[in-house]
Amino acid sequence: MSTTTLPPGTKQEPVSAPPGGTSDRARAERRLGWLLAGPAFLVMLLVTAYPIAQAVYDSLFDFRLTDPENRSFTGLSNYAVILTDRIWWTSLGVTFFITVVTVAVELVLGFALALVMMKALKSIRPVVRAAILIPYAVITVVSAFAWQFAFDISTGFVNTWFGWVPGIGPDTDWFGGTWSALFVVCIAEIWKTTPFISLLLLAGLAQVPDVLQEAARVDGATWWQRMRRVTIPNMKAAIMVALLFRSLDAFRVFDSIFVMTGGANSTESVSFLAYRQTIARLEIGLGSAVSVLLFLCVVLISFTFIKVFKVDLSSTRGDA
Amino acid sequence: MATRTPRGSAPARPRGRAPGAGRRRRRALAGALALTTAAALAACGGDGGGPPTLTWYINPDSGGQAEIAARCTEAAQGRYTIEVSQLPRESSEQRQQLVRRLAAEDDSIDLMSLDPPYIPEFAEAGFLAPVPEELAQRVSEDVVQVALDGSTWRDELVAVPFWANTQLLWYKKSVAEAAGLDLSRPVTWDQIVQAAQDQDVDLAVQGIRAEALTVWVNALVESAGGSVIQDTEAQPEDIELGLTEEPAVRAAEVMQEIADAGIAGPAFSTAGEDANVIAFENGDAAFMVNWPFVWPRALSGVEAGTLDASVPEDYGWALYPQVVEGEESAPPYGGISLGVGAFSEHPDLAYEAAECAISAENQAYYFVTNGNPAARASVYDDPAVLEEFPMAPVIRESLEQAATRPQTPYYSEVSSSIQRIYHPPSAVTPGETGQRAAELIQAVLAKEELL
Repeated sequence: MSTTTLPPGTKQEPVSAPPGGTSDRARAERRLGWLLAGPAFLVMLLVTAYPIAQAVYDSLFDFRLTDPENRSFTGLSNYAVILTDRIWWTSLGVTFFITVVTVAVELVLGFALALVMMKALKSIRPVVRAAILIPYAVITVVSAFAWQFAFDISTGFVNTWFGWVPGIGPDTDWFGGTWSALFVVCIAEIWKTTPFISLLLLAGLAQVPDVLQEAARVDGATWWQRMRRVTIPNMKAAIMVALLFRSLDAFRVFDSIFVMTGGANSTESVSFLAYRQTIARLEIGLGSAVSVLLFLCVVLISFTFIKVFKVDLSSTRGDA
Repeated sequence: MATRTPRGSAPARPRGRAPGAGRRRRRALAGALALTTAAALAACGGDGGGPPTLTWYINPDSGGQAEIAARCTEAAQGRYTIEVSQLPRESSEQRQQLVRRLAAEDDSIDLMSLDPPYIPEFAEAGFLAPVPEELAQRVSEDVVQVALDGSTWRDELVAVPFWANTQLLWYKKSVAEAAGLDLSRPVTWDQIVQAAQDQDVDLAVQGIRAEALTVWVNALVESAGGSVIQDTEAQPEDIELGLTEEPAVRAAEVMQEIADAGIAGPAFSTAGEDANVIAFENGDAAFMVNWPFVWPRALSGVEAGTLDASVPEDYGWALYPQVVEGEESAPPYGGISLGVGAFSEHPDLAYEAAECAISAENQAYYFVTNGNPAARASVYDDPAVLEEFPMAPVIRESLEQAATRPQTPYYSEVSSSIQRIYHPPSAVTPGETGQRAAELIQAVLAKEELL
């Protein structure tokens, strides 16, 4: 606790500020700031805050799109229905499973690819980077279809190519069981988004000061020791940001499941559940409540990452 | 205003113009341009002369509906023009798009191709313009009963029957012969299972968790003499289900028998109509229940050189299998009816266009070129139809026996619940599955459970 000579409750003002308030210049700057940022702030409110607020509002009603006249206020009963339903917990479990598995694999794979991109010979570096980034340029739904066709029992080639692997044969129906279907979903997700994570990690790698590496090398540190003691600690913020962004993205998984299994065999994610209630069932109230819960989960993940792992977003911009 | 130039005369260009005069002029010019554009746009949006354009939202096909739209535009002799706008491929997605637009009172929807199970929902929500009485009478003549049933809600025709689909039992003649199965007479599921087991071939049925599974379950229940919904009411809590009754138990027994016999193929739980037809074409399956599209598909495969000519030559067709021996089966009914949007600005013209689209000539054309069977009974006697579809008489007979899927404004919920509980079909247990499905449907309709 620091000591102060000021009486409690007295506002501390900058030394340069005239007594009693901010200077004209400061006020003008603040006004200009609002003028410059205002439109963007307004757009943000319109496109982000408004739909969220609308969803929260709708979630308190029993409201079917094809029967708007019978709309009635039901308070939190939609949330009670969802939180006591087994389907919600199954979907949440599936979503967590996909998130944890894909993010963990992507982190390792993405780090390896970042190292390759970092170390690749200058002449072939652009080619290597482009090749690694191509999957990220593919639209998710297109990638989902490609992976579905590859693993499909009638049109796929996976069963033929990998027939020598125990457990895989011409009759292996990948989408016929929960775990095998989730395996394909995870593979598709990993293929698609590893480039994203590796790009963020590459940025982190580039920020590790060469002098530290050099010093460690001079001290006789091995590659592994330099990696563990110098490289990784210095790119902690980049790793955490990559993990945070990817976790949030993975938690909203929808396209792959929609295309590959349609939610069959307990492969439904929370986003898919929200889609089913809102779009297929037209129960706007119930669907909005699922969406709000999904939103809260995403907020919780962000909060956990930022607080528990002490992510300092500003340090990744290099101005920390 | 300080200065004014005489109307029609160009303003004199003053020497030493004040700074900003050019900018003002450009602004004035831009303003005039904006006004002209706005006026032109307003003319486009309103009844600014010319015949009205009707928009027909169609399900994807091989171009037949677009051709019919062109024909009817020509027949209208300038009174209206029909434009087609394509909906998504899956019927559930077609419903979703139409519902979203109609809930927003979209007046661009004049005509729409509707999958019959969703018609009660559209009618109950007030999305369909009422069918004029005289027209209802005219479009009901010569139409197979099931197509009328599928277009009716609360004893009123709410859509115009266009084409009527049904499933047949497709079989390989060589295999049926080897199994000693007489398919000139109705056969039962038990007989087909036995024949498939004896000949070590597959029986292709739609076990995928999709609408196709509901179609199969419903056809089995109806064929056993029951109904998924026994009493349809507008209020969801009043709906009476028949899934715990004896016919539904018998239907589940058939599903269990097929699963236990191990003849449904390795993709049993993920196979839909398209996957099954591939299995049938490549010889893995020798028996299959499927829509008539399998026939033109095989012929075009031969034409394209992707299928051997001997494959369709071995195709046989028969009525949908019976669940109870001696009792007529109730094959699935599909197809399309035409609805007129409640918010259309030209409902009378839209109904006129619908009446044109469903003419016997157009239905025969659509049948022959796109493989979609007609809702009019007389079309099945058309020599062109008979030449292209030798199974046309069986299709008509099948339609005469066919049953609609549950008629309720809550069809989507009922269908999705059935899909959830009856999937995978290999886990269906007679008695128990029906009970669970009934409980889920009741809970979902009461909004006490998620779907």
